[in-house]
Amino acid sequence: MDYVKAFLVGGVLCVIGQLLIDRTKLTPARILVSYVIGGIVLSGLGLYKPLAEWAGAGATIPLTGFGHTLATGVREAVAEKGLLGAFTGGVKAAAAGITASVIFGYLFALVCKPKAK
Amino acid sequence: MINQQNYKAFADTRAPKSPMVRNLICAFLIGGAICTVGQLILNLWKLAGLQDTDAAGATSASMIFLGALFTGLGLYDKLAKYAGAGTLVPITGFSNAIVSAALEYKSEGYVMGMSAKMFTIAGPVLVFGISFSVVYGLILILFGLGG
Repeated sequence: MDYVKAFLVGGVLCVIGQLLIDRTKLTPARILVSYVIGGIVLSGLGLYKPLAEWAGAGATIPLTGFGHTLATGVREAVAEKGLLGAFTGGVKAAAAGITASVIFGYLFALVCKPKAK
Repeated sequence: MINQQNYKAFADTRAPKSPMVRNLICAFLIGGAICTVGQLILNLWKLAGLQDTDAAGATSASMIFLGALFTGLGLYDKLAKYAGAGTLVPITGFSNAIVSAALEYKSEGYVMGMSAKMFTIAGPVLVFGISFSVVYGLILILFGLGG
């Protein structure tokens, strides 16, 4: 059942992205930026957590989930350490993703050949 | 008899359907499928004994690995032609943006080419993501919602 939920919610989040591409001509970079900010805002309003609990990877794999991870990390760190937490919580919570994208991104670009367009 | 009006009606029935509906369906199916793979990996990490937060982090890292791998093999961009936002919005799309940009500028060198240009799209995501999360933290402190 969790696979069906992940499929549906993940699919719907991608459909919203496709509507933005077709209707607004936003560039991919702007869509990704909007998704991360959207995730932070929804998480801050307390709306993303229930979605993530219900949909699992359907909510955490889309880039809104990255925003939710940053916001959750900040929220927990602020509760614990105050002002310092606002600066450490986000990146700490998202560390696995950020580090993976740097190392795997560079590594695969290093090993693979550019494809002819 | 064919006149201007009914020719237009006839042409409309024969014209290809707006690609919009097809794009939306492709984005839904492929984006949904990528998230289903993510759910499978999440369940596997949980089976391996990771707690919820750690399992989510490991899943993101795994999906980023897969996105980078399939971009390097040239397969992700083939899928992206049909999927549109279905391959862009999942975190594999973030990874795809990094590897594509790094590959494109590989000829300009390993430092100023690859490692600088790999953040063409990922950079703004990190800048806005991290900045907004700090702003959110400051709002929490300002309104005393932190504790």
